Amino acid sequence: MADLVLLADKDKLLTQQRMQTQAVQADDGLDPNTDIGLHLRALYGAVQEEGVPDHLLDLLKKLDSAEQQQASTSENVFRDRE
Amino acid sequence: MTAESTSFKREMLATLPSLRAFAVSLTDKHDKADDLVQDTVMKAWAKQSSFEMGTNIKAWLFTILRNEFYSQMRKRGCEVQDSDGIFTERLSVHPAQYGSMDMRDFKKALDQLPDDQREAVILIGASGFSYEEAAEICACAVGTMKSRVSRARARLLDILQIVGEPGYGPDAVSTQVTTHNHLF
Repeated sequence: MADLVLLADKDKLLTQQRMQTQAVQADDGLDPNTDIGLHLRALYGAVQEEGVPDHLLDLLKKLDSAEQQQASTSENVFRDRE
Repeated sequence: MTAESTSFKREMLATLPSLRAFAVSLTDKHDKADDLVQDTVMKAWAKQSSFEMGTNIKAWLFTILRNEFYSQMRKRGCEVQDSDGIFTERLSVHPAQYGSMDMRDFKKALDQLPDDQREAVILIGASGFSYEEAAEICACAVGTMKSRVSRARARLLDILQIVGEPGYGPDAVSTQVTTHNHLF
C-alpha cells in the first residue's frame, strides 16, 4: 500500500515536471502559433502517432521476464543457503 | 517487483513514441531509427540502477540515444544521409497543407540545416525540452543551444521566405547576419 502511494506521488511529480518543462518554453519563435513551430510539431507528431512497433514491445517484455527470472533464481539461491 | 522498477518501465514505455520520433529525425529512416531505439532500450535497461527515479527519464533516454547515434556514426565513418528519408515518404502520402506552407517544402528546408541546428530546433520545438534540458542532452552550454535554435530559425524563415512571423522583431539583426553567413 505504501508502495502504491509512493508510486502515485512519483507520477504526480513527473507530471508536474513535464508541465513545468512545457511552461518554461521561452519566446523562441517556435511555439505552435508560428509557421515553423506548427510544422515541426506536425512532422514529429506524425511519427509519434505511429506508436511503438511490436518488436520493441516484445523486447521490453523479454527484458522484463529475464529480470524477473533472475530475481527469482537469486531468491532460490538465498533460500537454499538458509 | 519493486515500485521503482515498475515505474521505470512505465516511464520508459511512455517515452518511446517521442524517443522514436527523435531517432527518425536523426537517422531519417524508420528501420535505422528502430534499431537505434532498440539499442537505446537495451543500454537504458542495463544502466537502470544508475537512473534516479523522479528525475527526468525522458532527457536521460534522449541523451543515451543521441550518444549511441553519434558513436555508431563514428564507427561507420559517417555514412551519407539519404535525403529521401521517411519523413518525405510519409509526406507524399499526406501532402497536408499547414498554414501557408507545404509540408514537403518545410522538410526540405529542415534537411538543409547543419546537423547541430536541426537537432536543436527539434528538441526545443517538437520534443518539448527546455533549453537547459536540450543543452544537457547535446552536452553543450545553454547559450550555445539558444544560438543554434536562433540561427536555425532564421535560416528556416529565410529558406521558406516567411515574413512577419510573431517574435521576428528581436531577432531581426541576428537574422540578417546569419542568413548572409550561412547561405551556400
